[in-house]
Amino acid sequence: MPLQEALRVEHLTQTYQAKNGETAAIDDLSFSVREGEFVSIVGPSGCGKSTLLSIISGLLTPTGGSVWVYGEPVTGITPKIAYMLQRDYLLPWRTIWKNVIFGLQVQGKDTAERLSYAEELLKTYGLYEFRDSYPAQLSGGMRQRAALIRTLAMQPDILLLDEAFSALDYQTRLAVSDDVYRILRREHKTILMVTHDIPESISMSDRILVLSGRPARLRAEHDICFDLPERTPLLCRNQPEFSSYFNLVWKELDVYVE
Amino acid sequence: MWNEEKERSASRRVYLKQQKRRRYLVFCLQWLLLFLLLALWELLGRWGVLDSFVVSSPSRVWRTLLNVASNHLPTHIGVTVYETLVGFSLGVLIGLTLAIGLWWSPFLSRLFEPYLVVLNSLPKIALGPVIIIIAGAGTRAIIVMALAISLIVTVMEMLSGFLHTDEDLIKMARTFGASRRQIFRHIVFPANLHTLFNSLKINIGLSLVGVIAGEFLVSKAGLGYLIVYGGQVFQMDLVMTGVLILALVAALMYQAVRLAQWLCTRFISHDRG
Ligand SMILES: Nc1ncnc2c1ncn2[C@@H]1O[C@H](COP(=O)(O)OP(=O)(O)OP(=O)(O)O)[C@@H](O)[C@H]1O
Ligand SMILES: [Mg+2]
Repeated sequence: MPLQEALRVEHLTQTYQAKNGETAAIDDLSFSVREGEFVSIVGPSGCGKSTLLSIISGLLTPTGGSVWVYGEPVTGITPKIAYMLQRDYLLPWRTIWKNVIFGLQVQGKDTAERLSYAEELLKTYGLYEFRDSYPAQLSGGMRQRAALIRTLAMQPDILLLDEAFSALDYQTRLAVSDDVYRILRREHKTILMVTHDIPESISMSDRILVLSGRPARLRAEHDICFDLPERTPLLCRNQPEFSSYFNLVWKELDVYVE
Repeated sequence: MWNEEKERSASRRVYLKQQKRRRYLVFCLQWLLLFLLLALWELLGRWGVLDSFVVSSPSRVWRTLLNVASNHLPTHIGVTVYETLVGFSLGVLIGLTLAIGLWWSPFLSRLFEPYLVVLNSLPKIALGPVIIIIAGAGTRAIIVMALAISLIVTVMEMLSGFLHTDEDLIKMARTFGASRRQIFRHIVFPANLHTLFNSLKINIGLSLVGVIAGEFLVSKAGLGYLIVYGGQVFQMDLVMTGVLILALVAALMYQAVRLAQWLCTRFISHDRG
């Protein structure tokens, strides 16, 4: 059953201009993501991954190429796409509740219906009793979850995650990625996630795109398949296939890291 | 500032009690110190170590205060307080508006940067005669003087605060499609409430300097005028009374700003500090 294509990136090119010269960040990058798919992008540090997500989200206009969402070109911020940054960036002067509805307020979508959906999310994901707390009173994992709820409250079709777990320590990170994975699957989102962490990408995604060093080009693509009835990142890490996937991806990255 | 925990342990109670006692102690000592200084001032005068004719004394100040009918003290206080409040409020309002404008347009802020720096170091009092000629020798000139002194500092303080707002918070807001106005309202301004109140505190002093300098020059009414007049007729009691009242006015305004800050952080938004 061919699923509908949610996102398509065509011949994307980005060159930054600065006083001390040009930086080519992305060079002729094309790929697409099907609806409901979880795709990871791995690439060496500084290769242009954040740039790619900024362009897809509509924050940045590319110097060349185009981005399509459900057949429509992206020309600016669109409600179909949500972009979650590397850290939670909760506003310290707002309560968790006020933080969670920040996006809705900004877009003037704080209707009773949306607000009750946000409240529902808080309840489902165990933050409801903290709604009047301030971010500084929450643990890193809880803050990350609050940031995720702030994003989900917008009811986007596609989620872009930029190293969304890299600010957490290893233990928390495992737990939070498991947590987030379940939430995202449950809400049936299409996900494009950028990461440095090969095990993280293997354990979470259906497909991995490996980028070359700067400027980013598509170097390889791997479908990830585990023989599990119900897949979760933690279970995947214990599967025999895991290490062969790891070696595969690691070798491809290695060439460019040196 | 966080919500107090419901169940307080014994050691927590002891800690809170100690903190409270220490605050109380500091408060009492502050008043005691004031009292001792005043007593010393009085006694040194009586013992002839200080010449009370030149440096006055608390009892002489007290007599001057009682003698309001002959020296129109309430009028002078009223004039100075009025001029200071107007100068202060205008300085804050105009300063804040200009800072917002400059934040809005990076081009303008780069254009005006050298002018701000030079204006900031310029002794504005030197413009006094020009201000008096333009604004007329009266209340208006004095307010303009207070404004001239406090305005540039406010603009520079606030602008630098605005420009140093965490870029990542702004990026976060942009991912939700926030407009520049919304970014200012929801991110930049609340992130700089602290800067705003600091700048208000500094402005109290600056507006008072402007008002007193203006009254020295205009010489019609106000505590500044009273002080100059006292000096000229060798009534040092009048001078010292004026200075003490100024100190009181400054202290009251400072407390008012602190109260406003407390209310603001408590009811409108949360302070990070
Ligand atoms: N606004 C900008 N102006 C100029 N150059 C930029 C800008 N943003 C990014 N770059 C450059 O583009 C390149 C790619 O940056 P980007 O942040 O997209 O990489 P990344 O893969 O996300 O890196 P990391 O793994 O460290 O997160 C870097 O060399 C960076 O210096
Ligand atoms: Mg990055």
